[in-house]
Amino acid sequence: MANPRRTKEEQKVTEAPQNRRDTKKGTGGASSDDAGASAFGMRIENLSAHYGSFKAVTDVSMDIRANKVTALIGPSGCGKSTYIRCLNRMHEVIPGARAEGRVRLGDQDIYARDMDPVRIRRRIGMVFQKPNPFSKSIYENVAWGARINGYKGDMDELVEHSLKQAALWEEVKDKLKKSGYDLSGGQQQRLCIARTLAVEPEVILMDEPASALDPVSTQKIEDTMDQLKQSYTVVIVTHNMQQAARISDYTGFFYIENMGDPGRLWEFDETEKMFSNPDRKETEDYVTGRFG
Amino acid sequence: MTVETRQGQGSGQNLWRESRARNVRERLVRVVLRACAYVSILTTFGIVFVLFGEAFTFFQDVSIVRFLTETQWTAGFATTPEDGEFGIIVLAWATIFSTIIACVVALPIGLGAAIYLSEYASAGLRRWLKPALEILAGVPTIVYGFFALTFVTPFLQGTILPGIQIYNILSASLVMGVMIIPTVASVSEDAIYAVPRGLREGAYALGATKREVATKVVVPAAISGIVASFVLGISRAVGETMIMAVAAGALAQLTVNPLESMQTMTAYIVQVTSGESPRGSLEYETIFAVGATLFVMTLLLNTIAYWFVRRFREVY
Repeated sequence: MANPRRTKEEQKVTEAPQNRRDTKKGTGGASSDDAGASAFGMRIENLSAHYGSFKAVTDVSMDIRANKVTALIGPSGCGKSTYIRCLNRMHEVIPGARAEGRVRLGDQDIYARDMDPVRIRRRIGMVFQKPNPFSKSIYENVAWGARINGYKGDMDELVEHSLKQAALWEEVKDKLKKSGYDLSGGQQQRLCIARTLAVEPEVILMDEPASALDPVSTQKIEDTMDQLKQSYTVVIVTHNMQQAARISDYTGFFYIENMGDPGRLWEFDETEKMFSNPDRKETEDYVTGRFG
Repeated sequence: MTVETRQGQGSGQNLWRESRARNVRERLVRVVLRACAYVSILTTFGIVFVLFGEAFTFFQDVSIVRFLTETQWTAGFATTPEDGEFGIIVLAWATIFSTIIACVVALPIGLGAAIYLSEYASAGLRRWLKPALEILAGVPTIVYGFFALTFVTPFLQGTILPGIQIYNILSASLVMGVMIIPTVASVSEDAIYAVPRGLREGAYALGATKREVATKVVVPAAISGIVASFVLGISRAVGETMIMAVAAGALAQLTVNPLESMQTMTAYIVQVTSGESPRGSLEYETIFAVGATLFVMTLLLNTIAYWFVRRFREVY
């Protein structure tokens, strides 16, 4: 899928964007293990995040594998959401907020001095906790992001494709001109996923995307996730441990030992191990529901 | 202790009985509040009644057709309905013309200021800039009128427009535009600021720039409030009296030359009411016809605005 809207600057972020899609198509998600973190996963080194003088997250290092779902779990207020927002430089949108450390996409540090956060966010998309469709039509909600990114292809096709990927097409195909707000909460969230997909990012970050939704909508979004990792690297924050166990390949457990400390990545491993035989006691206590 | 014994105490009254004193208080509050709501509505009806009653008397002397079709306004010289001309278009045009000039100044600058305050200014800057702007809205309009007459007009005369008259519609309208900026800016800033942060973040996460977020996501989401601020501004311009009376002069003429004096509907009413037209005279009657026209114009404007705000109200 040659993509004409990628400019030189964007290519700095991912060293070979043209090949990337082809590779993925050829291998699917299955062989991405041997691609390792150097492919199009992310490598985070010593990341700390602050709000003004308050340190919310400290010293997180983590490898996010390409074409895998990585779940971030942990009790409330332990910095999961703050952390995930650092991965596409959304954290700094909040006045007074800043992050330190290294976050690599491919082999580029997205916090390097000459990196443009706008372009980074085009490569690393994000879905938020609360559905936040624009006050535009369903069609425009999906098309808008692609359009501001200079998409020149067939917009109708892109919109349809994105909505299908987000498992929403069948429900909205006859009312694309209606406002995004006319949809239910679960549909709005899938619309937001579709809008993110339409920009064709490398990585999709999801900050508790199903926390405000009913079980049926949650189910649909989880089904979508399984499809998504065929083409994308997915990172998801969730409060729901069953959800993390169901959908993720890797799990990171965030924890605060003492009140007032910044959040830390307490343990990070394959999901199966995290839920069956974690190394640390707090992780076991949390995943077995003893606290949190 | 059981409930029964507790009931037995307290002078033998049933604890579950309604308190009559409380009910009276509740009802009283309701009545007072209702009265407050009705006072303004009834007053408006009273004004409309008087306005249209007197206007009706006028239209028995001068037909409504003449009022709408004649192209001169010479009510000041007329002793009988036949020897004067009563073309409201002369005064109405002055009002519309001045409103247009004022809006050309106020709407873009007001909206720009609102976007800047809400989206670009730092929290600290916004904290003192917004109140400062709102204080500006409290400056008495007579001050603006003097400013137009004693500063803006001489300034224009001495620099770019030597042909401008002492009393002219341009300076008055420009200053009126400046006067309206805080209203437009403050009300649209409220609307823009109220757009949830999640909407902005959604746009940022798609790789939108700050400008794209502000102009393509936030402003469209706040459009109903922005339009409301525009209409509020326009209404103030249409109804503005002192600036026009002081700086635009009292020459009721139909022209498109902004360098000349024109008389707006409001300025005309000021002139007549501060003059010596005896009650019941023809000139005295005209102000009710003019006032009624003004009323209809603003009512129309507000109705359109009301419809628009409801039609495009955003649910976030």
